[in-house]
Amino acid sequence: MSQTSEKQALGAPAEDTNRVQLGFLNRALARPEIGALVAAIVIGIFFLVVAPPFRSAESLATVLYQSSTIGIVAVAVGMLMIGGEFDLSAGVMVTTAGLVNAIFSYQNNLNLWVGAALSLVVALAIGFLNGYLVMKTGIASFLITLGTFFVLQGVNLGVTKRVTGSVSTPNIDQMNGYSQLQKVFASTFQVGSVNVSITVVWWFLFVALASWVLLRTKVGNWIFAVGGNQASARAVGVPVMKVKIGLFMTVSFLAWFTGMHTLYRFNTIQAGNGVGNEFLYIIAAVVGGTLLTGGYGNAIGVAIGSFIFGMTSLCIVYAGWDPNWFRAFLGVMLLLAVLVNLYVKKLSTSRKVG
Amino acid sequence: MKQTRARRGGPLIIAAVLAVFLSACASGGRTDTGSTSNSGSGGGAGDNSGYTIAMITHETPGDTFWDKIKSGATQAAKNYGIDLKYSNDPDPGKQATLIQNAIDSKVDGIATTLATPDALAASVKAAKDAKIPVVAFNSGIDQYQSVGASMYFGSDEKLAGETAGERIAQAGGKNVLCVIQASGSVALETRCAGVKSKAPSTENIQVNGADDSAVVSSLQAKLSQDKSIDYIVTLGAPIALDALKAMDSAGSKAKLVTFDLNADAAKDIKDGKIAFSIDQQPYVQGYMAVTALYLDKKNGNDIGGGGPVLTGPSFVDKSNIGTILPFAQKGTR
Repeated sequence: MSQTSEKQALGAPAEDTNRVQLGFLNRALARPEIGALVAAIVIGIFFLVVAPPFRSAESLATVLYQSSTIGIVAVAVGMLMIGGEFDLSAGVMVTTAGLVNAIFSYQNNLNLWVGAALSLVVALAIGFLNGYLVMKTGIASFLITLGTFFVLQGVNLGVTKRVTGSVSTPNIDQMNGYSQLQKVFASTFQVGSVNVSITVVWWFLFVALASWVLLRTKVGNWIFAVGGNQASARAVGVPVMKVKIGLFMTVSFLAWFTGMHTLYRFNTIQAGNGVGNEFLYIIAAVVGGTLLTGGYGNAIGVAIGSFIFGMTSLCIVYAGWDPNWFRAFLGVMLLLAVLVNLYVKKLSTSRKVG
Repeated sequence: MKQTRARRGGPLIIAAVLAVFLSACASGGRTDTGSTSNSGSGGGAGDNSGYTIAMITHETPGDTFWDKIKSGATQAAKNYGIDLKYSNDPDPGKQATLIQNAIDSKVDGIATTLATPDALAASVKAAKDAKIPVVAFNSGIDQYQSVGASMYFGSDEKLAGETAGERIAQAGGKNVLCVIQASGSVALETRCAGVKSKAPSTENIQVNGADDSAVVSSLQAKLSQDKSIDYIVTLGAPIALDALKAMDSAGSKAKLVTFDLNADAAKDIKDGKIAFSIDQQPYVQGYMAVTALYLDKKNGNDIGGGGPVLTGPSFVDKSNIGTILPFAQKGTR
């Protein structure tokens, strides 16, 4: 309840007077994810036309899997961005999480669950550190997490190389706990004749949870408030420090989760991996309608953004286009998505009666 | 100066850390430790030449391939009592600077990769002017002479691709998919072009080698888009393992061929999941580059008779994997 008025106040204060007159269309248009949804539909139809192999349930499952591997972390990154901060270390943190688990368990010959738990602690600590440093120093999160990004990249390589003598971890599929963890993080299940990855389910779950937190809880209000205007949020009693550190830790939790998936899907992790993915998360969030400046966005939008990315990157393959141009196509498609998103949002702010 | 000292301290720290972990390992009791090949402190009672040799590569950190080059170089350095200084930078300009650094510190010889010959030509010439012998390895087979390096140790990527393509064509491969894991790499493109020259229906695909799940889903997408693909060629061992997952998910019956080796890929060759590997023997590249400089300095030798010394392609398949598997598990092949 308080949340409804909050959103009104933050989003469009002028609406209060003619709120009653808004029809379904305008109400739909006012939602942050609508632009992304329209963009997803437009691009989806486009690829259904030009890429025949995309028209099957198997392809959809593959696209959903690809989207989920980006989307799980992207949801947290989206929330963080709504809270007004960035995390450039999220991509390599995924690798760090997997490495800690694999190396620690393997070298000490311990059950993989122990390594997974330790890895979670490490990830959360990194997230905490990110948040704490940003809040304590007042330096932009872009810089702080850029620092963490480089540090983690170096530590990933350095430690892995020193401990294992190679830059990738040893294969862990014969160790205790593997089969259970594999079921949790990297199994597949059948829907009809189609194999769906469990990460898709986790992804939906995390999106639903994030959406609920953002829209239906006090914490959600706090997140929008600190992202909209940190000083006034603090003035009205929002625990800014806790909220922001919590957001950074959410990112690191989901980075850990994705790291677990990567480890238990591939049984080994290469220390140099994950670099560059931090931008994919941010791109997914922005394509999904999250504002780079904070204070605006939602979880479902970010999920759609991830889906657009997953769909585009795979459909270029389905369409059989010249692979040398892959990045160019990808760029054009993402620009298109953002343009459609912007256009729809403009519609929603200019047409008020109806 | 400071830098040199820091580097000298490096091995000590490594040894100490290793000692800690190896002891932890022993108590843990995991059977194969999978531990380092460049750790040992004893052994190798060879010549005590006291030369200093700089090895400079375009390695992007994080690829097991370079571990093997370094293992080979380290072993050779140990055998001949050489102080080996390894440095790397994927950026051509920075690699040129590293060569210049080596010249400035008056090393006895320089071994460098020539992935970007034009960018490095000036530095190699500067080394020659300073009377420091330079050998090339790993990449630059066509340009090493014009750039001014005296010898070359490496694979001929085109030849490697062609032999792979030939073997695939002989085995009846019709539609070949060549997987390129880093865009804009001349060496990788050349391999695929070589395959294509013998198996004309070869098609390339670009994947993001830094993200295994992205590789799997891209390949899965490709395999379901084109069901006629009957051979897949990957250009690195980790990518081959991703390809196996993708083939599994897409229900593809294609045969898999890969460049290079690692422990898991070697095991898959043994199990018949990978048809064969085209190995360029990176260990030999590192070993020979250092050895050549040593012999040049010590005895004025020249290896290769004025031409490149090929370290590959060496085929690894079911017929010889038995001998090779232990070495692959040790991380030297």
